Amino acid sequence: MKPFIKHEGLVAALDRVNVDTDQIIPKQFLKRIERTGFADCLFFDWRFLADGTPNPEFELNQSRYIGASILLAGANFGCGSSREHAPWALNDYGFRAIIAPSFADIFFNNCFKNGMLPIRLSEVEVRDLFRRVAENEGYRLTVDLSEQMITGDDGVELHFDIDPFRKQCLLEGLDDIGLTLQVEDRISAYESHRRNFGAA
Amino acid sequence: MPKTLFEKIWEDHIVHDEPGKPALIYIDCHLVHEVTSPQAFDALRLAGRRVRRPDLTLATVDHNVPTWSRSLPITDEISLKQITRLETNCREFGIPLFGLDSPQQGIVHVIGPELGFTQPGMTIVCGDSHTSTHGAFGALAFGIGTSEVEHVLATQCLLQSRPSTFRINVEGGLPNGVTAKDLILYIIRTIGTDGATGFVVEYSGEAIRRMSMEERMTVCNMSIEAGARAGMIAPDETTFSYLQGRPQAPKGAAFDEAVAYWKTLPSDEGAAFDRELTIDVSDLAPQVSWGTNPGMVTDVTGSVIDPDAISDENERRAARRALEYMGLQPGTRIEDLQIDRVFIGSCTNSRIEDLRAAARIVNGKSVASGVSAMVVPGSQQVKVQAELEGLDRVFRDAGFDWRESGCSMCLGMNPDILRPGERCASTSNRNFEGRQGAGGRTHLVSPIMAAAAAVAGRFVDVRNWE
Repeated sequence: MKPFIKHEGLVAALDRVNVDTDQIIPKQFLKRIERTGFADCLFFDWRFLADGTPNPEFELNQSRYIGASILLAGANFGCGSSREHAPWALNDYGFRAIIAPSFADIFFNNCFKNGMLPIRLSEVEVRDLFRRVAENEGYRLTVDLSEQMITGDDGVELHFDIDPFRKQCLLEGLDDIGLTLQVEDRISAYESHRRNFGAA
Repeated sequence: MPKTLFEKIWEDHIVHDEPGKPALIYIDCHLVHEVTSPQAFDALRLAGRRVRRPDLTLATVDHNVPTWSRSLPITDEISLKQITRLETNCREFGIPLFGLDSPQQGIVHVIGPELGFTQPGMTIVCGDSHTSTHGAFGALAFGIGTSEVEHVLATQCLLQSRPSTFRINVEGGLPNGVTAKDLILYIIRTIGTDGATGFVVEYSGEAIRRMSMEERMTVCNMSIEAGARAGMIAPDETTFSYLQGRPQAPKGAAFDEAVAYWKTLPSDEGAAFDRELTIDVSDLAPQVSWGTNPGMVTDVTGSVIDPDAISDENERRAARRALEYMGLQPGTRIEDLQIDRVFIGSCTNSRIEDLRAAARIVNGKSVASGVSAMVVPGSQQVKVQAELEGLDRVFRDAGFDWRESGCSMCLGMNPDILRPGERCASTSNRNFEGRQGAGGRTHLVSPIMAAAAAVAGRFVDVRNWE
């Protein structure tokens, strides 16, 4: 997995709550059997009009957000389906970090498996960032994972919390399966006395 | 020290636990389907890894399969590729597969319980968020992403940080015409779509104890719509008698031994939960969703919400957007909403009891003109049972389409989709924008509410149905 250490980039604001994974990537794109190639599918129904042209009303289509790599969003981001295609699509589009007041569990978890950093800030902090983005075209932030800090040229400095194990995995780009197989003997030991009633 | 149902299962499955790290827990049953698995198998192949326990893994095709006659070819080439890829992956890695031609094929969350794979005290995962369904048996069951699917295939374990516990006590009895679906919609409406995020929910209380296994599955199924990691219900005699005789359930003395263990699982008297909520459902009305998430729900006797009456700014904006998408005006009575389509199916409501209840409503009646209605049984076994009971005839005579099993229009990955602007009474679990087809407008309801709406052409209070 690609490590995440420090990232500086343009911030795009998607000021909506409960953005579900059906919006992040609609189902018609889940039939691909690859892990990549989902960039054009991201937010498809919001991004494109019925005739296939970009919807000028949709936030990410604004020229000021072209090239954004940090997404700022409302609470409960990524709710709904477990489809890992959602973080894949965000990643393919270019987002490396997502900042929101809260995330749905499975989506949150899926991000870490793909070298992406979802960051929970308070509602007040996120509101303040939305204001800063609105007022400053080209607003950029730096996310420093080892320091657990978000900083901006305008002086903004925000600390964020992260589970230490997840932090270490991202910083080092560790492979979960490799880690688990290091304790393979424990798995075998568990299996030797595992409860079993003579069926599956 | 008294323990909760969740704690007992969790502690029983810890393989390895180091301070500062998530626990490594063992997975007893891994369910696999065609959509979220191909990338996982590819990665295994690339790393030269094998499937550790094919015997604890079970695959079926459900998400993108057509529901027209099995004798017709699959016309969507990409769907076909996904289905054949699962077949080759299962062959290569030695995983049992209930394929399209199998009499046991069906929605993964319908066939697991039906075949007795799902048992109390187990840990069960699947690359699908509605895996929470299996918690109805007193199992710890939850959805995972594709990277975790790969992890379970390779190790039969999963790294998990311990969730918090949330008990929802459901007191009182559900009135006639009010179902498990109405109950879970009401719970989500009450606590919100992120009301249980970070928690495993245990449902308890009189209303839950009185429920059949299928009703309990409906409740646990939609736990994820409240953000919960999992939903669970303590196993009891209802659970044991459901399991007895199922193909994969323990047999003879092993069954008695299993029951003795299963009886130790319910939460101990005095066990502490991180959060508790008690609701009384004696006066609950049938529920209908009006918006674009499963928390945007009201009573059938109610009206479409007025966003201006919502105090929270974020929620107000979301409600406005939802009404615009749904083509609704504030204050419109729910019973005045005309519908175009009806979908009875999905892992939430496609089991035999759902079909029986819906058939009782439509028996001798006809689908309203201009309404297109379909029934998609959850599995081939449900379909066969329904046909034995003549339910297919009841539905067909009323003008319903009677289909083959699959996820179908719950998520519209197959040809069963809404056209833009169509309004649908659906027994599924998600009313997200475009979920059932781009521009489609979904209203979540119970099977009997959907059946009544099909006949009336609009939503009606099924409590007054004659």
